[in-house]
Amino acid sequence: MAKTLYDKLWHSHLVEDRGDDIGLIYIDRHLVHEVTSPQAFEGLKLAGRRLRRRDAIMAVPDHNIPTKNIHEENPDPMSAAQLAALTANVAEHGLEYFPMGDKRQGIVHVIGPEQGFTLPGVTLVCGDSHSATHGAFGAWGFGIGTSEVEHTMATQTLVLKKAKNMRVTVNGEMPLGCSAKDIVLAIIGKIGMGGGTGCVMEFSGPVIEALSMEGRMTVCNMAIEAGARAGLIAPDQTTYNYVKGRPLAPKVDDWDKAVAYWQTLPSDEDALFDIEVTLDASDIAPQITWGTSPEDVIAITDTIPSLDSFKGNKQATAKTALDYMGLKSGNAIIGTKIDRVFIGSCTNSRIEDLREAASVVDGFQKADHIIEAIVVPGSGLVKAQAEAEGLDKIFLAAGFQWREPGCSMCLGMNPDVAGPEERVASTSNRNFVGRQGDRARTHLVSPAMAAAAGIAGHFVDVRTFNANSSIGA
Amino acid sequence: MDAFTHVTSKAIGLPQVNIDTDIIMPSQHLKTIKRTGLGVHAFESLRYTDEGDTKNDSPFDFGHGKGASIMVVGDNFGCGSSREHAPWGIADLGIRCLIGTSFADIFASNCVKNGILTVVLPQKDVDSLMREAQVGCTITVDLEDQSVTSAEGRNIHFDYNPVHKHMMVNGLDEIAQTLQSEAAITAFEEKQKAAQPWLYRDI
Repeated sequence: MAKTLYDKLWHSHLVEDRGDDIGLIYIDRHLVHEVTSPQAFEGLKLAGRRLRRRDAIMAVPDHNIPTKNIHEENPDPMSAAQLAALTANVAEHGLEYFPMGDKRQGIVHVIGPEQGFTLPGVTLVCGDSHSATHGAFGAWGFGIGTSEVEHTMATQTLVLKKAKNMRVTVNGEMPLGCSAKDIVLAIIGKIGMGGGTGCVMEFSGPVIEALSMEGRMTVCNMAIEAGARAGLIAPDQTTYNYVKGRPLAPKVDDWDKAVAYWQTLPSDEDALFDIEVTLDASDIAPQITWGTSPEDVIAITDTIPSLDSFKGNKQATAKTALDYMGLKSGNAIIGTKIDRVFIGSCTNSRIEDLREAASVVDGFQKADHIIEAIVVPGSGLVKAQAEAEGLDKIFLAAGFQWREPGCSMCLGMNPDVAGPEERVASTSNRNFVGRQGDRARTHLVSPAMAAAAGIAGHFVDVRTFNANSSIGA
Repeated sequence: MDAFTHVTSKAIGLPQVNIDTDIIMPSQHLKTIKRTGLGVHAFESLRYTDEGDTKNDSPFDFGHGKGASIMVVGDNFGCGSSREHAPWGIADLGIRCLIGTSFADIFASNCVKNGILTVVLPQKDVDSLMREAQVGCTITVDLEDQSVTSAEGRNIHFDYNPVHKHMMVNGLDEIAQTLQSEAAITAFEEKQKAAQPWLYRDI
């Protein structure tokens, strides 16, 4: 029977079939960070269980660390205790660990691919929902809770129910002024935040195939924002070129054998998907969120939707969102004044994202009223690469700050937070209530759009921004 | 894990759609290295004023919902972050059962591990239970026979994953269960290592 990429990943990792579409699934790779692991390590210890495969784990601090003055004492004693717990746990179990200050340290979903830890055909988990990112390699990556972190440590497996197959095909060509972020925001806008619940979402079509690995990671990263625990893109030559030569990639002797296996992974031509969605990229303009859910998304040229366009409970939710965001139905989103810019996160902190943002700010100055515009590379290696290309100089000359790697302002659990009612142009993945700080107002956009807003001081259409300079429009 | 067979209680009604795990447990409370004591922070923005006082209309702290073990919720509940701190907080509030039209996958999975039952019902049934919750009716949820009994006495069947049911009803430790498959796991590893040696390393 014809199989999808996900079917192949499921069957190649099935240790035991428990019936009713439930299986014991083998886990090849496990990324561990400070926030969702301490209770798992403690659970192992309390039950007197051994950690099954330490070579399958890579550990790194990223969520609650500061992104400046990293060699000073952590100002938050609770964060410091959590970081100390990770350091102690990795030492006790002899795990591979990249501490703060190590060039290889960074956001879990940036360093996994960078190290060749993420490979096509593997199962990869992390106590973080953005583990969907790794699907860009044709790896089945998905987020888990702390109990499943402990289960993986103890058994190297998880008991899972097989998800439905969903395929999102993006036809046409990438429009001018748009990038992978705009594509995935448009997909979420189309199918909604629960549109992929219960599914593994495979992205395909010419626009996806033409993306770099960085772009593919941005798309898969936000599959979870459409409810899909995992996103997937079939591995191809772009994937192999990215993987080859990375520290944990198959070595010369194994390389051809590995590629031959990876070439068997793409969905069979006649494979059936439970749900099919098609999108024409030519219809897409730069995207921006207006509300408190990633599905609250419009084109930059649109006006903020009227409440009448929402049905049932969604109408009350939309009203609450507009009140929280301090916005009015019918108003243009272009021209909305911002207070902060955040360029970073596991969605948009890779070298290509930083190049995209730097090309927009090059030669301009951040608007005076912007409190802070911060650029946070996804890892020490991304930072070094950006510096080798002179991107840091471009950002600094424009009045943007150049930080150390970490999750930073994506999630408001480290010193990088926005204040109450401050409006943020953010390249991250979630615009939830309080996500970037108590009562902070988040607008999700691409790196180019965030950079342009930082120069103009308000949201602009990046497609006309260059021509009009900082006047915007 | 405590066994779950049935629960009879008044219910908290929270009709908002897309309640994410950041709302259930804001990230500043994820710095703990314990699983306990998170109830006070659960649903913080819905319960407390900016000054930290409990809001008069908090369904968790006043009225019929206070002390309830059941919550009736809006669509796509628990979306977003994988943080298990969300169900830890819910359990710490004394809530054992959530009823809604859909739950996010990771959240639902985390609930099972913490003995919280997520019941998925059609919109019309959730709407009627929501109305009952808001006027203080008592609802019974029975996992053994997979039914919800409304205050009006209507008996509504729900589907539930049989593996999860077995675990919940018997209060089993999932890791202990899986470790019984040790031989199968080892056999899998040997086969995989031979075919894809690059997935294994000496450290």
